[in-house]
Amino acid sequence: MAVKLAKVKSVGSAQSPLLGAAMFSPAVLYILLIIGAPFVLAVFYAFSDARIASTEIHYVGLENFRSILQSPGFRQALQNSIVFTVVAVAIVVICSTMLSLALEEPFWGRGLVRFLILLPFVAPVSLGTIGWKWILDSIYSVITWVLVQMHFFTPFNAPMWLGEPRLAMGSVICVHCWRLIPFATVVMLAGSGAIPREIPEAASIDGAGFWRTLFQIKIPMMLPIILVAVLFSTVFTFTDMTVVFILTAGGPFDSTQTLPSLAFATGIQGSDLAAGAAISLFLVPVLVAVAFFMLRVASRAEVT
Amino acid sequence: MAVVETRNVTKVFKEGELGAVNNVSLVTHEGEFLVFLGPSGSGKTTLLRMIAGLETPTAGEILIGGRVVNNLTPRERRIAMVFQSYALYPHLSVYKNIAFPLKAQNVPKAQHRQKVEWAAGLLGIGRLLDRKPRELSGGERQRVALARAIVREPAVFLLDEPLSNLDAKLRASAREELEQFHKNVGTTTIYVTHDQVEAMAMGDRVVVLHQGTVRQIGTPKEVYEDPADTFVATFLGSPPMNLLEFSDIIVGFRPEGFLPSDLVPGSKQVTFRYRIKYVEYLGAERVLYGNMEGGSFESKEIISRLSWNMPSGYEAGAVHDFSVAESDLRFFDRKTEKRTHPKPYPWQ
Repeated sequence: MAVKLAKVKSVGSAQSPLLGAAMFSPAVLYILLIIGAPFVLAVFYAFSDARIASTEIHYVGLENFRSILQSPGFRQALQNSIVFTVVAVAIVVICSTMLSLALEEPFWGRGLVRFLILLPFVAPVSLGTIGWKWILDSIYSVITWVLVQMHFFTPFNAPMWLGEPRLAMGSVICVHCWRLIPFATVVMLAGSGAIPREIPEAASIDGAGFWRTLFQIKIPMMLPIILVAVLFSTVFTFTDMTVVFILTAGGPFDSTQTLPSLAFATGIQGSDLAAGAAISLFLVPVLVAVAFFMLRVASRAEVT
Repeated sequence: MAVVETRNVTKVFKEGELGAVNNVSLVTHEGEFLVFLGPSGSGKTTLLRMIAGLETPTAGEILIGGRVVNNLTPRERRIAMVFQSYALYPHLSVYKNIAFPLKAQNVPKAQHRQKVEWAAGLLGIGRLLDRKPRELSGGERQRVALARAIVREPAVFLLDEPLSNLDAKLRASAREELEQFHKNVGTTTIYVTHDQVEAMAMGDRVVVLHQGTVRQIGTPKEVYEDPADTFVATFLGSPPMNLLEFSDIIVGFRPEGFLPSDLVPGSKQVTFRYRIKYVEYLGAERVLYGNMEGGSFESKEIISRLSWNMPSGYEAGAVHDFSVAESDLRFFDRKTEKRTHPKPYPWQ
């Protein structure tokens, strides 16, 4: 056996320079071409005056950043991005923790409920969001219809879900949560399922009631996995533009414009590539911080 | 301190199936160390969990201190339990683990430190208070679990195989410590185990369970020397009791009572021709495996156990006269497998 192993190893090492590189190259190419090149290009554009449909390109230094920071639209988008991310992540984490705890104990029909909860995540984002666009439509909204039928509103003063700044932001956050909660719930279920059954039992024998067991035992024990859910949700939310773009396209009055949607609107639709690139670079510090914490959590995650 | 009583307690997990616990009635004595002993699947842990309030009985009543507790939560039963896995709270320090029951039961905070130090001192873990459970050895974790159990001075202790995660050497010393600990505290204790050595060594009385029913309750001496049925006879003792079936009766005798004829005291004895097939040398004793030669038990497999100071020379292949004192014979009914009165017998 030992001889055979040694032989296999020597064959492998004889070919390793080529074979190893060949096996490894797809990963390197993927990272370089799909992630590295666009990132470098974005940095490059951000310091230039690149425009769509223009062949000339000049180095302009920090000019793009200066003008962006002075534009009220950018400040609004930055503020919106922060509100959108903080509120959505908070809702997602609270709801998914509750759901995962509720779905932990077996009950009749649990499989079906779990399936239904997961459904929004597996549906294509754009289709789901288009569905919501109709649900929140100013004329055809079913929500408005139900509220009118229940005499909360008349058809003439019904809320315009996507047409009033605060309501529009609320709607965008809700739809985004609808999409992210299933994902976070699955992550949390893995976390709560990893708590040995004896531990809440020991807590109940020690005299702890429901709330004490929840807040002093279960949630602290789930904290590493909750953190994972928070970090993933933050990335998904902070970089998301599908929901905003389809539901409101940033409106009304830029009240739902976030950094990614502003970058898209400026760089692609407004054909100012340089400004779009500079805006999207403002996502980097947040994402780097999140990535740093994610890697730390991953390496420190321990099984009890 | 309190007495625990179960009255016809039954637990059926799936309707239509045989219950995990069937019609169990027993009463502990005040301050007693009672051991539930049985193979895995015998219902001993389920019975303990019902007493703890973690499982609801399908039928029957559980009483603690004379009060029916069926509808009380674990916290209202004033019991403490040590789990097989210890179930320490991994995110809390040893101090906070031990203080948790005090916090949960609203003991004034001023008393916490003193009580935690008392419990930790009793178990010799005072220097570990700042550690997390993952930084402790198996033996230390077990002590923390015990300290957490005694800190609020419960009426009853429930221990679910607390030694089974320890290595053999540690287990022996932990067993001694537990016995000592029980003597010091004097709280009524119910201890679940599948290890007969633990049961015999620690129990004031042993409850032998099999398939959810109580087979026998008695002192270690009673269950070993006077087993109530063939299950108890073969489950206790290693190697188990020899059983000979003859018409409507089963006769049993312990391997250590089946000895070379000249070593068996007294004149009232039964003698067999015994062919030794092989010998296990275990240091303090030798275990002989062999079978009967001739007579009505021809080729029946029988085990004999000789202690180290008995003469050597009983080797594989040899045939000798081996005997059992009549007083060491136990008789069981062949149909019910229950103990019956001794009967005269045409032995050969």
